[in-house]
Amino acid sequence: MTGVLPIALEESRKIVQALLLSGKEYVCVMKLHREAKEKQVRNVLKEFEDTIYQRPPLRAAVKRRLRMRRIYYIDFLEMDGRNVLFKVGCEAGTYIRKLCFDIGEVLGCAAHMQELRRTRAGPFVENGDMVTLHDVAYWFMEWQEQKDERILRKFIQPMEKVLVLVPKIYVRDSAVDAVCHGANLTAPGVLSLETKISKGLTVAVLTLKGEVVALAKAVASTEDILNMGHGVVAETKRVLMLRGTYPKCWKSGEA
Amino acid sequence: MPRTVPPWETKRKLLVKAEDKTNPRYGCKPEERPVEEYMKYGVINLDKPAGPTSHEVAAWVKRILNLQHVGHGGTLEA
Repeated sequence: MTGVLPIALEESRKIVQALLLSGKEYVCVMKLHREAKEKQVRNVLKEFEDTIYQRPPLRAAVKRRLRMRRIYYIDFLEMDGRNVLFKVGCEAGTYIRKLCFDIGEVLGCAAHMQELRRTRAGPFVENGDMVTLHDVAYWFMEWQEQKDERILRKFIQPMEKVLVLVPKIYVRDSAVDAVCHGANLTAPGVLSLETKISKGLTVAVLTLKGEVVALAKAVASTEDILNMGHGVVAETKRVLMLRGTYPKCWKSGEA
Repeated sequence: MPRTVPPWETKRKLLVKAEDKTNPRYGCKPEERPVEEYMKYGVINLDKPAGPTSHEVAAWVKRILNLQHVGHGGTLEA
């Protein structure tokens, strides 16, 4: 098993782009090509806890130009002979195979990635809600036989789960349908919002019931939005809610 | 180099700008969506088996659940 792979069903596929940009965590076994001292390995791993430069490997889905990636942390876990076990938290698009190779270069003994398991993709982690393909097949059959909704709700989660780490803006019922039609979110529609929103940041627009309406790009900071009486606060980028879910209130201008 | 805070450790607080209620006649809480809708707007936190590609795994889930479209956290734009 290689760990966390969020699977998006039908309509929720539109939201996975939010996941692509979110950080990842891996547990990795790195194989050294020659013996090295544990202390030295620990020190070199710490050196990589930084902004690193990487060129995507030959076989990659992206353009092969040098790019910068943030390594949030590398925690040494264990060492057994030439096998080094570590945990790494990194920005999306970091190549761990490349990271292992580079660590080997700095160590001077060369190294390669032996095994890798993803332990986090954005808000998704290894814990109670992670299921195997066998679980999915089994629970789905159980549901079809017993017609008990709780079975289905046990292994499938609402797409809003994807947005746990995305800053949120909650809006009035009367503002929802306009956003569903692609309108930008304006200040009077905002009821509450999270701290640390800054201009240009991707935010999630939600109803008071917690349903996601759209993904948007903030055009002002949390502090500014709080003080705004009118004007656009976020540009709607991706509508996720079906039009007409909430009543249309924007022709008359009042709810 | 000091340890940088990863996005999943960033703490945010909710600040209120205005008070209002939501009408129960429209929409519903994500976890209370009717079953069919719940599936359509659902995600699965899957433990990927080693071997098959993410794409193949997504295709299997699609077949098991008898759905039209299934994407995964690795696709560029589903």
